[in-house]
Amino acid sequence: MTVMGMSLLDFARGPAINTAMAVFVLGVLWRLVSLLGLPRSVDRSRPKAGVPSAPMAALAGIWRHMGTPRGFGPMSMFQVFNGWIFHVGLAVIVFGFAQHMLFLKGLFGLSWPVLPTSVITLAAYVTLASLVAALVRRMTHPVLRLLSTGNDYVSWLVTVLPVVTGLLAVSHLGARYETLLALHILSIALLLVWFPFGKLMHAFLVFITRAETGMTYARRGVKT
Amino acid sequence: MPDTGQDRPTLGDSLAARGISRRSLLKYAGYLAGLMALPPMASRAMAEALAGAGRQSVIWLSFQECTGCVESLTRSFSPTIEDMIFNLISLDYSETLMAASGTAAEEARLAAMEANKGKFILVVDGSVSTRDDGIYSTNAGKTNLAVLKETAAEAAAVISVGTCAAFGGIPAARPNPTGAVPVSEIVTDKPVVNISGCPPIPDAIAGTIAYFITFGKLPELDHLNRPRAFFGDSIHDRCYRRPYYDKGLFAKSFDDEGARNGWCLYEVGCKGPVTYNACATLKWNGGVSFPIQSGHGCLGCSEPGFWDQGGFYKPLSASVMGNNAVLGGAAAAGLVAGAASVAMARRRRAAAMAAASKPGETK
Ligand code: SF4
Repeated sequence: MTVMGMSLLDFARGPAINTAMAVFVLGVLWRLVSLLGLPRSVDRSRPKAGVPSAPMAALAGIWRHMGTPRGFGPMSMFQVFNGWIFHVGLAVIVFGFAQHMLFLKGLFGLSWPVLPTSVITLAAYVTLASLVAALVRRMTHPVLRLLSTGNDYVSWLVTVLPVVTGLLAVSHLGARYETLLALHILSIALLLVWFPFGKLMHAFLVFITRAETGMTYARRGVKT
Repeated sequence: MPDTGQDRPTLGDSLAARGISRRSLLKYAGYLAGLMALPPMASRAMAEALAGAGRQSVIWLSFQECTGCVESLTRSFSPTIEDMIFNLISLDYSETLMAASGTAAEEARLAAMEANKGKFILVVDGSVSTRDDGIYSTNAGKTNLAVLKETAAEAAAVISVGTCAAFGGIPAARPNPTGAVPVSEIVTDKPVVNISGCPPIPDAIAGTIAYFITFGKLPELDHLNRPRAFFGDSIHDRCYRRPYYDKGLFAKSFDDEGARNGWCLYEVGCKGPVTYNACATLKWNGGVSFPIQSGHGCLGCSEPGFWDQGGFYKPLSASVMGNNAVLGGAAAAGLVAGAASVAMARRRRAAAMAAASKPGETK
């Protein structure tokens, strides 16, 4: 298979992934600078007595949202637990697989020990199942379904595609290895391009919003 | 009198005359059939066809090449195989190997073409220069391009031997100053088989020719027109270091602990996963070894554009473009775009506040 006179793999490893990385860097910096640089309103209310300092409150806010507060139902528990599974799964795959480490090493010059392919493959199947469960819940939960927009579904898709194409490439299923590898790299390119402009941007923003929420709650004396 | 091949002794006769028994022909046919994964009966059919056949007329043209392919064939380790190859064919013209030279050599080519019109196999090693009408590679005052067109017009089939003839190879590597192209780009009206490799495995050349003589047609080819029998599996699929790949055990340099333990060479640039060839099974020098067994990663020499894949020592999963400038530019553009939208927001806010009658709810 050829694109612009080069093999699909050369296209993926060369122009495609490099353009995608450039879009990613541009988009992320653009969004971060324009969000953080916005003029902020000052809360003129008097804080409750004895509230923790702002950094502590921020950390508490980040920490508090890592789990489900007591009193929430099992479905919420499931959602948070399932979220943990695929986030950790993705991290294991991205950082634990030798081929991925080598890609990152090529970019940043850092290397670290990696896990056997069998462990990564297992993690990928678990992650895939977890992502599918998240989608099923999104599509069946009456409220969540109404809250969901195209952005959620596209973000889900660009996250799932690299997992699927990666599994296919490792197991040589469906096409020749170089084609599968090219598709895998192209799926990453898609993810990188979508990332700054869709909900995947939460990877950067989640800690900012949680810190902000934590500080607001603390000021108002919310107890957890 | 032109040699039409009719009155030539059969291959069986000429082998017998040289003291090579029928039994060894059978063995050899069995060997080739085995290599090509043909059904058991095929080896006998092959032996019979080979014994009865007039030797196949072959014209061998060498273009932009290094002669490594011919070396690979003629210096193949086992002398009997090399003998067999040259007994299978009647090499009517080969600049490298023939005794004749000059006008006599050119006449030999034209005579062989005339005598075996439509029946000879044209073997080409080397790529074809096309820039400025191909003047960068000429022979006897004729460009390779012209000789190829003239000769191929009369051939039964064309075999491109080596990566240069098959895919352009090193002469076609960037910036390709001579406008080198593979043979298949010039010869488009008849079958062109690619036996790629830098150099190719001699058995792949012999097997393909033997198949053609036996069955009167070309063997099954892959999407790059290479015989599937030899190019059906990737090096990685057949590599004895594969268990280390699967365990994630990689040599990180050529003299570390991992290298000494024989671990996988992926990290030091092995292209085995995307390279299709028979090196890992047939091996080289009479089955002694092949690059990975000798401790070096596969260069991917039997694949198109192998010279321009971003470096022999760069892992396959690394991206392959100098991207720091691009990324730096993107970062700068992102910062500027961010700063611009901040400035816009602030200006809008200032304007709104100035317009408001009671300013100062927020600061
Ligand atoms: S040495 Fe090369 S071909 Fe062999 S397992 Fe490692 S990557 Fe694959």
